[in-house]
Amino acid sequence: MAAQETSQSAIFRHAFGNVLSFTVLLLIGVMAFSIRLFSVIKYESVIHEFDPYFNYRVTQFLTKSGVYDFWNWFDDRTWYPLGRVIGGTVYPGLTLTAGTLWRILNSINIPLSVETVCVFTAPVFSAFASWATYLLTKEIKGAGAGLTAAALLAMVPSYISRSVAGSYDNEAVAIFALIFTFYLYIKTLNTGSLFYATLNAIAYFYMVCSWGGYTFIINLIPMHVLLCIVTGRYSPRLYIAYAPLVVLGTLLAALVPVVGFNAVMTSEHFASFLVFIIIHVVALVYYIKGILTPQMFKVAVTLVVSVGMVLCFAVLAVLIALVASSPTKGWSGRSLSLLDPTYASKYIPIIASVSEHQPPTWPSYFMDINVLAFLVPAGIIACFLPLSDASSFAVLYIVTSVYFSGVMVRLMLVLAPAACIMSGIALSEAFDVFTRSIKFHLVGTTQNPQENAGDATKVTQNDVKSEKSEDTVKERSSRKSKKKDKENIEKPSLVSRVEKRLLVLPLETSVMAVFLVVLLGAFYVVHCVWAAAEAYSAPSIVLTSRSHDGLHVFDDFREAYAWLSHNTEVDDKVASWWDYGYQTTAMANRTVIVDNNTWNNTHIATVGTALSSPEKAAWDIFNSLDVKYVLVVFGGLVGYPSDDINKFLWMVRIGGGVFPHIKEPDYLRDGQYRIDSQATPTMLNCLMYKLSYYRFVETDGRGYDKVRNTEIGKKHFKLNHFEEVFTTHHWMVRIYKLKSPRNRIRGKTKRSKSKSGTSKRSTRKKNPWQ
Amino acid sequence: MKRLHPDLSLLFLFGFFTLFSNVCSDLVISKLDRQIDLSSQIVRFTTSLKLENNGAEAVSKVLLPYPENQGKNLAFLSVTVTEGKGKTKTSSDRLHVDVVHPEGMPPSLTWYAVSLPKELSKGGSLTLEVKAVFTHLLTLFPEKITQAEAQLVAFQDSAHYLSPYAVKIQSLTVKLPEPKVESYTKLENTKFSGSEIKYGPYENIPPFSLPTIIVHFVSNKPFSVAQELVREIEVSHWGNVQVTENYNLIHAGAELKGVFSRLDYQERPHVRGASALSSLVARLPARAHSIYYRDDIGNISTSNVYSDSAKTLLEIEPRYPMFGGWRTAFTIGYGLPLQDFLFKSQGKRFLDITFGCPMNDIVIENLFVKVVLPEGSKDISVVAPFPTKETRETKLSHLDIAGRPVIVLEKKNVVPEHNKKFQVYYRFSSFSLLREPLMLVFGFFLFFVACIVYVHADFTISKSSPSYIAKLQWDEVQTAVQQFQNIMNCVLVIHDKLDASLRDLSRTGDVQACKAARKNADAFLKELTKELKPLSAFLQSSPQALQIVPKVDELVIKEKELQEKLMLKHSMVVDSYEKKSGGRDIDNRVTAVQQKITLLRQEVDDLLEVIDEI
Repeated sequence: MAAQETSQSAIFRHAFGNVLSFTVLLLIGVMAFSIRLFSVIKYESVIHEFDPYFNYRVTQFLTKSGVYDFWNWFDDRTWYPLGRVIGGTVYPGLTLTAGTLWRILNSINIPLSVETVCVFTAPVFSAFASWATYLLTKEIKGAGAGLTAAALLAMVPSYISRSVAGSYDNEAVAIFALIFTFYLYIKTLNTGSLFYATLNAIAYFYMVCSWGGYTFIINLIPMHVLLCIVTGRYSPRLYIAYAPLVVLGTLLAALVPVVGFNAVMTSEHFASFLVFIIIHVVALVYYIKGILTPQMFKVAVTLVVSVGMVLCFAVLAVLIALVASSPTKGWSGRSLSLLDPTYASKYIPIIASVSEHQPPTWPSYFMDINVLAFLVPAGIIACFLPLSDASSFAVLYIVTSVYFSGVMVRLMLVLAPAACIMSGIALSEAFDVFTRSIKFHLVGTTQNPQENAGDATKVTQNDVKSEKSEDTVKERSSRKSKKKDKENIEKPSLVSRVEKRLLVLPLETSVMAVFLVVLLGAFYVVHCVWAAAEAYSAPSIVLTSRSHDGLHVFDDFREAYAWLSHNTEVDDKVASWWDYGYQTTAMANRTVIVDNNTWNNTHIATVGTALSSPEKAAWDIFNSLDVKYVLVVFGGLVGYPSDDINKFLWMVRIGGGVFPHIKEPDYLRDGQYRIDSQATPTMLNCLMYKLSYYRFVETDGRGYDKVRNTEIGKKHFKLNHFEEVFTTHHWMVRIYKLKSPRNRIRGKTKRSKSKSGTSKRSTRKKNPWQ
Repeated sequence: MKRLHPDLSLLFLFGFFTLFSNVCSDLVISKLDRQIDLSSQIVRFTTSLKLENNGAEAVSKVLLPYPENQGKNLAFLSVTVTEGKGKTKTSSDRLHVDVVHPEGMPPSLTWYAVSLPKELSKGGSLTLEVKAVFTHLLTLFPEKITQAEAQLVAFQDSAHYLSPYAVKIQSLTVKLPEPKVESYTKLENTKFSGSEIKYGPYENIPPFSLPTIIVHFVSNKPFSVAQELVREIEVSHWGNVQVTENYNLIHAGAELKGVFSRLDYQERPHVRGASALSSLVARLPARAHSIYYRDDIGNISTSNVYSDSAKTLLEIEPRYPMFGGWRTAFTIGYGLPLQDFLFKSQGKRFLDITFGCPMNDIVIENLFVKVVLPEGSKDISVVAPFPTKETRETKLSHLDIAGRPVIVLEKKNVVPEHNKKFQVYYRFSSFSLLREPLMLVFGFFLFFVACIVYVHADFTISKSSPSYIAKLQWDEVQTAVQQFQNIMNCVLVIHDKLDASLRDLSRTGDVQACKAARKNADAFLKELTKELKPLSAFLQSSPQALQIVPKVDELVIKEKELQEKLMLKHSMVVDSYEKKSGGRDIDNRVTAVQQKITLLRQEVDDLLEVIDEI
C-alpha cells in the first residue's frame, strides 16, 4: 500500500543518508591523505627535519631486531661516551605503529620499505584523525557538525604542518589518539557503557605510548568531570566514564617504560587522582541521598562535612608538603613552562632555545587555523544551546587549548582539533538555520498562493482525513499497518511543528548568508591548500630556491652525511651542535656526542663550550671526547639563515650555564652580536667562527657574509689543530678533522714562541673533561 | 720506498721457456701487430696475428698464453678470424676459446686454446684478431696524491709477444690517454710520438723471448670500480620491464692524501681534482621511462636525462666529487617497454636484454644480474654469451602466493665488453595474468559479503544473557515509545484540526460543519486514548523504561488537560456562535482559555522533544 511505500522510502532515505555520510567521510579521508602529499610531489618521498630521523632510525631498529630488543636497546652511537637507553626513554607509540604497519604489509607480500611506511604514516593517521573528529563531533552535536568538523580538520594548516608526508613525528599519531580518546570519553559519557569505558582506557594507553602530551588528556578530563559535578550534572554515566579511565589508564600508562612510575608520582597526574576521590565522595553522597529521607540527609551532611573537612585538610597538607619538598614541585620542566610561560627562559635555556617552544605571534594563529579563529566563538555559543555534558566538554577543551597554544607554538597543534570541532559546530548550525529558512520560504511560497486561492489547507486536511478514515475503515483489523499509517501522518505535522518554533530569517538574508559562509569555507580551503603546498611541505634537509634561471636545489646536508657515511670509519665520532645529532646518526650512521634528545645538559654545554672556545682549548675538549670530525653548518655563502653562527649565542649561553669561564658578554660588542670587524676578539677567535669562515675570504676576495650582510671581521687565518676534510657544494656543511696529537706537539713548540701561548694554556685548565 | 722494477718472474720464465721452444713449432706467426690501449683503467689488447702452418699435420687449435698477472685479471677475450684487408676486412663470429693446461708448460701461465673454424692444413695461413680486456692491470705510482697532483700509473708488459710459436715480424703500439709520460723503457726501434709509443718492428723473435717494458704515465681518468653491482630485472606482463641497479662504487685510483678543499676544487676543477670522478653517463635503451637516481637517504638531484629515438642518456653525478679512495653507493632504476625486450619463439617466451652495466668505463668486480619472472613461469633456461654462475631464488612481491622465480647470474670482473644481450627462456600462460586481479576482485567481494552478513546477522553469543535480554527489552521500550509519540502527534494533529475548524467557523459561520468536525475529532481522540492505554501500561511494567515513564505520564496528563481546555474552547466558541454573540465577545471569553492552551501546547511540545531525545 501507499503507507508501506512511504515507510520504505523513509528507510531508503535513512540508508541514503548513511551511505552519503560514509562516502563523504571516505572522501574526507582521501583528502586528508592527499593534501599532505605535496611534499612528496614537490620534493620527494623522504623523512623530514630532525626528530623524524630519529624516529625513523628507531623504526629501522625495531623492524630489524624485533620488539624485545627494542625495549632493551642501549644506543651507543649517540651521546658518546654516555650512550642512551632508547627503549626506556622514547615514546614508543609511533615507532610501534609504523613497525606493525610495515610487518603487516610485508606479511601480505607488499614489499614496501621501512622508509616508505614511515613517510606515509602521518598522512594515513591524519585521515584517521579526521574520522575520529567526525565521531567526536557527532557525539557532541550530531552528524552534520561531525562531517563539517572532519572536513575542517582534514586540512587545518596547523595539523598539516606536523603531518605532511615525511613528517614522521609523534604528533602525527598522537593527534589521532587524542581525539579518539576524547571521542570514547564522550561516547562513554553519553551511553554509560562500560565497553566504551574500557576502549577509552585503551585509547588513552595508546596516547600515552605516543606523546608526552597525554598529560593534557589526564588533566582535561578530570577538569570536565569536576565541572560536571560542580554544575550538578553528576550522573552514573559520568562515573563510568571517569573511574575506569583513571584506574585502567594509570595502570596501562605505567606499563610504558618512559612513563613508568611517573604515572603516579608526578604532579601532572595529581589532578586526576584528586578528582577520582571527589567523584567517589559525590557518588556516595548521591547514594546516601537516595536512601535517606531529606531531613536525615541534612543531618548527615552537616555531620560528614565537618568531619570530612578536617580530614581533607590534613590529607591536603600532607600532599602539599610532599609536593613542595621536591625542587620543581613535582612538575617536569616542560609542564612548568606551560604553567609559567617565563619559567623556561629563566631556568632552562635548552628548552627556551627551541623555536617551537616560543609563544606564538598573532599572525601564526591566522596562518595555522585561519578562519576557524573567527568561527570558534560562534561554535562556543552553539555549544551552549543547549548545554549538554558533551558540549560542555568541547567548550572546556577549546578554552584550555587556547591557553596552551598561547604559551607554546608547538601546542597550536592541540588547539587545531578543538577549533575544528567548534567551527564545525558553528558552520553546521549556521547552515542548518539558513537552509531551513530557505526551505521554509520556498515551501511557504508554494503553499501561500494555494491558500489564497481557496481552502487549500482545508482540502489537504480533508484529504488526509478522508484517507485516514478510509484506512481506518478498511484496515482496522490490521494494527500494524495502521501504525505505519500514523507515522505517515505524523511526518508533515512534525515538520510544521518544528517550523513553527524556528527563528526564520528572511529569504534574501539567508541566501546571502549561505553564500557568504560558502565563501568563507572556500577561502579556508584555498588557504589550507596554499599552506600545505607552499609553507609546510619543505623537508628542510633539501632546500630549493627559485631564481630567474630556474629551480636551484641545495642538497648539502645529505651530501655531507653521505660523505661521512661512506668515507669515514664506522666508529668515528662526529661532533656538531645538537640540532644535527639525529640526522648524523640516522643518515651518516656515525657516533655523535649530543643530539636532539637534550637529556643531558652538561654534555651539551661541553660541546657548546668547545665550539665557543679558542682552537686549542676546543681541540683538547674534543680530543678528550674521542671526537674525530667536527661538523659545522654555515650559511654565509648562499644565505641560509639557520646556520650555526646564528645559533651560536645559544651555544655560548648553554655552555656558560655549566662552565662559567664562558661568558656571554665576551662575545657581544655593546650587547650586540656581530661578526664583522667590530666583533670582540673572543668571538673572532672561537672555534665556531674559525670553522665557519676558514678560507671564506678567498671565495669573493672580501668575505661577505650573505646571512649577516656584513664583511667578516677576521679574514685570513690558519687552522692549527683542525684540517678541512670536506665542504659541501654550497659550503653549507663543513667538516673538519682533528689533527693527530703528533702534530699538536709540533704546533706547541711553534706556538710557545708566539704570544698567545699563555692565554691558551690557562683556558686549557678549564677543560671540563680533564 | 717502492720502486718500479721489472717483474723478475717474467725474466725467469724467459729462460725457462726456451727449453720448450720446439713444442709447438708447427705453427709460425708470420706477422703480428699488437696494440695496447691504456687510455682508461681498462687495458685493452688488440692483437692481430697471421698464422702459417709449416708442419705436416693440420692444426685445429691455436694456443694463446698470458702471464700470471694478466691471466688473473683477464676480463674478456674474443678471437675472430679476419679476411681481407682495409675496407674489405670482414671478421667472422667469435671463435670458441677454452682454458687448457698443456703438459710440460709452466703452471704460472694461463693458456687459452682457440678452436679454429676449420683446420689449418699444411701451408695454409689464417689471420686471427684477438681482443683481450684486462682490469686492475695498471699500478698506481704513487699510491697517494694530494688534491693538486696528477694521478700517475705504471704499466708493464714485454716488448715481444708472449707466444709458444715463433714470430717472424712483430710490432707493438702503446696508446696513452695523454701525451704526458714520466718515463718509458727505451729499446731499439722505440718511437714516442704524440700519445703513442711504438716498439718494433722486430723480426724473427724466438718463442718466449720477453724483454720487459715499463711505461709510467699520467692517467687522470677516474678509476671507477663498482665493487658490487646488483641488477634486478623484473618482468611484468602488464607491459613493463623494471630495471633496478644498486651500485657500490669506489674510486680505485690514487688515494687522496690530506685535505679536500672545496674552494680549490671549485676554482680550478681540472687542476685541483683532475682525477676526481664528478659524473657518470649511463646509456639506457631507447624509450626508458620512470628513471630515478637515489641512495639510502633519498633522491640525488644532480642528474640529467637526454633522450632520442636510439638511446636514452642518463648523466648522473655522485653527491660529492669522488677522489681516490672515496666511496659511494647509489641506485638507479628505470622502466622499459615490455614489447622491446620480450619475444616469443616456439611457444616459449624469451627476454632479450643486456647483461652488463649501462655505464662506460666502469669495472664491476662482482656483478649479480637477477631476472625476476612473473609468478607461475615454468621451464626456465638461460642463454648467456659467456660463462656465468647461475643460481635460483624466489621473491615475494605484490599479491604473490608462491613467489616469483628469480634467476641469479653472477660474474666477476665485468667490463663494458660484456654489455651483450642474453636470453631467458620461459613458459608463461597469459591466463595467469588474470589471477591477481581476480584475486583482488574476489577479496573485495568477500569483504562486501562479510559486511552484508555482519549487518544482517545476529551475533549475540548468549541469547539468555541479561544484557541481551535487557537490549531486547530496551528495543521494545523504544518501539513502544515510538508508538506513543506517534499517537501523541496524531492527537496534536487532531487538535490542530479542531482549531482549523474553529477558524472556518469564524469565516463561514457554518456551525454544523464545525460540530461534525468536533464529533469526528472526539471519536478519533477516544480511539487514540484507547490505544494509548496498553502502551503506557507496558511502559509502566517494563524495568527498562524507568527513566521515561515519569515523562510519559506527565505528557499524558498535560495532553489530557490540553484536550479538555481545547474542548472547552471549542464548545465555548460554538456556543457563542449558536447564540450569535459578537466576535469581540467571543474573543474576550476565549482569551483566558487560549492562553492556557498555548502554554500547555508549549509544555507538551517540550516534553515530546525530551522523549524524542531519549
